[in-house]
Amino acid sequence: MDNLGLGANLLTAIRDCAPIVATILVFQLAVIRRPLPHLRQVILGFGFVVLGMALFLQGLEMALFPLGEAMATQLAGPEFVRFPDEGGYEWVYAFTLCLGLTVTLAEPALIAIALKAQEISAGAIHPWGLRLAVSVGVAVGITLGAYRIISGGSLVVYILTCYALVLTQTLFAPRMIVGLAYDCGGVTTSTVTVPLVTALGIGLAKSVPGRSVLLDGFGLIAFTCLFPIMTVLGYAQLASCLASMRR
Amino acid sequence: MLSFLRQLGLSLLDLAPVLSVVLVFQVGVIHKPLPDVLDLMAGVGLTVLGLTFFVRGLELALFPLGEALAYAFARKGSLFWLLCFAFALGFATTIAEPALIAIADKAAEAAVEGGLVASDPSTCARYALGLRLSVGVAVGIALVIGVIRIIKGWPLHWLMVSGYTGVLAVTPVAPPEIIGIAYDSGGVTTSTITVPLVTALGVGLAHSIEGRSPLVDGFGLIAFASLTPMISVMLFGVLWTT
Repeated sequence: MDNLGLGANLLTAIRDCAPIVATILVFQLAVIRRPLPHLRQVILGFGFVVLGMALFLQGLEMALFPLGEAMATQLAGPEFVRFPDEGGYEWVYAFTLCLGLTVTLAEPALIAIALKAQEISAGAIHPWGLRLAVSVGVAVGITLGAYRIISGGSLVVYILTCYALVLTQTLFAPRMIVGLAYDCGGVTTSTVTVPLVTALGIGLAKSVPGRSVLLDGFGLIAFTCLFPIMTVLGYAQLASCLASMRR
Repeated sequence: MLSFLRQLGLSLLDLAPVLSVVLVFQVGVIHKPLPDVLDLMAGVGLTVLGLTFFVRGLELALFPLGEALAYAFARKGSLFWLLCFAFALGFATTIAEPALIAIADKAAEAAVEGGLVASDPSTCARYALGLRLSVGVAVGIALVIGVIRIIKGWPLHWLMVSGYTGVLAVTPVAPPEIIGIAYDSGGVTTSTITVPLVTALGVGLAHSIEGRSPLVDGFGLIAFASLTPMISVMLFGVLWTT
């Protein structure tokens, strides 16, 4: 990713916000026809969100993305993988595990969901517990996705198996967690994760013989969406099991 | 001011793990010195500051706004306008999503390479736009169905099972080049600003309707919105080839 400077990032954040603001304005004026409550506070808050996103992206581009992307490419490259036919991808897997685990903790959308879940469950769902569960899911998901690119399995078969697992777990999980768990799958892939994961996928597909960048580089994100569902459902099952054992 | 400093500390805690992983691998595994330490530290500072502002804005604007909208629509009692709003929100935010624009362009490249699309720029652009439109419509429809679900109190997993079945049913007929992209497009549709707003909307709706629990019924809008694009993108692929 090019380092475009703070101004360009500010523009991106504003462009991200614009359709939301436009939709809300149209409906507020034409349909609800009431002034927004706490208008000043909302405008200030939107300003904070835009400024925060811009600073966050700018910081990522200066600190994290260049290192992370270069590393994903290097670790998957010929220097580290000397015998591509016989494996030798341990460092790639170690890196994807650590990266998936930690990058998810920094994902702003997940922080938002965790705050909301804590609020409406009256503190029963601890934000760090939820975020850690999601992070473990993303870590396992990316690693398995990397393994699929390297081993060349069929994406559909992997995803099918995951669906079957998720649905079986849903049958046994406490009902109150199901919605939250499914939502966690969708939020893990935004600002921080996507650029790094994409770089990894493309780097791997480039250096593994017989893989096409454009055809095999895709599909990693699908994995990072499915595994958090499993881990959050598992986390809830574990918590409810422990609670019933204590009783 | 004190709460701002506290939030600053929390943001640093959120970012510390990923930074340490990258540093350890850079120094310990790749054995390369850190490039430009000054830039790195300034970047970390900006990231922490940005995250702090974002979380503050979340609590000031996005959460209250989503809930206020949910209450306003519930008081108005018009299902039609609520559903219109849900569709408009989903469609508008998705069409403008930068991550989706990037993926659509890459997908068009992949399609050219796979021989699905003639390699002239205007066809390519049409293909990318078609992809974005199908994802946008899919997210809009997903929010509409998700809102109906909250109002009627249907269990979420019925929707998810039918969604998964839909994905599996379309996969065999879709051109193989588009499957990876379709599965990925589900994940990239929900941007950092949309997620809190949509979550607050769902939770607010569940709050204001009697007999719905915010925890059981309020979540799930985003889950469904990351499922329907998979189906629509594959359908788009089928339509394009026929």
